[in-house]
Amino acid sequence: MYWNTFNDFVHMGGYGLYVWGSTGMALVLMLIEPILAARRHRRALAQATNGGNE
Amino acid sequence: MFKTPARARGLTWFTYAAPSRFYGMAGKAIPWLWALCAVLTVVGLVIGFGIAPTDFQQGDSYRIIFIHVPAAWMSMVIYAVMAFFAVLGWAFHTRMSSMYARALAPTGALFTLLALWTGSLWGKPTWGTWWVWDARITTEFILLLLYLGYLALTEAIDDERRAANAGALLALVGAVNLPVIRYSVVWWNTLHQGSSISVSGGNKMAATMLVAMLIMTLAFWAYSFAVVFTRARAIVLENERDTEWVRAMTSAS
Repeated sequence: MYWNTFNDFVHMGGYGLYVWGSTGMALVLMLIEPILAARRHRRALAQATNGGNE
Repeated sequence: MFKTPARARGLTWFTYAAPSRFYGMAGKAIPWLWALCAVLTVVGLVIGFGIAPTDFQQGDSYRIIFIHVPAAWMSMVIYAVMAFFAVLGWAFHTRMSSMYARALAPTGALFTLLALWTGSLWGKPTWGTWWVWDARITTEFILLLLYLGYLALTEAIDDERRAANAGALLALVGAVNLPVIRYSVVWWNTLHQGSSISVSGGNKMAATMLVAMLIMTLAFWAYSFAVVFTRARAIVLENERDTEWVRAMTSAS
């Protein structure tokens, strides 16, 4: 492990804001998109099952 | 209209051109793709953010590379695949191709946005600016507009066939942008750096850094397959609601 303390890890040598701002955005987007896609599939399946009656 | 292929028929190049076959196959693959994505992401993040040493020039800001480069690569690969399927659907009227193209666009847009966002957060500490209209960044921004234009166009036209054709034309014309993005750092004197790795000339990165970046890239590939398959299955159901195979499937459950 490269880091000595957890604080060092969070601090990222003074670049914490930039590094965590990047990974954080990746995490948020890549969690939301699959949820939306799964919801779209669930809805389509429900509509197909109800014989297309909206 | 597509007919459900006979079960007995063997696997051919066109097997998954049938929406019903794709639907079943993707449904089985998606959980495995998510599992693969999770394992690769954990391994990639541990190596990239826990084990890889710091960069002697950029300090720890360089770690943004583990998100930035895979996202930028995916933004271009997905566009190429999207344009390929869109044009295939246009030329041969294979409806599954057009559905693949439409399923790919939002994920491509997401990775383009992520590449721009992480690039901005990397540019500030490295170049002293969040944004600059240099060739690489401008062409990547155009890529985002192409994705959004494609999505808006295909959503705006109600007729499925016409929407697919109009989208294909836009996707094809926009594909010119891909080599411009790729070679922008060579053709112009950009603030954005050139490639750190190349197939011919070796790479300029430490081994652990390179390994972390490649594992994150594989994780993004697995993610893309999983999320695009999920969306494509939704699109298949939306379009094939009144076909026999969908009726048979939904009435059986």
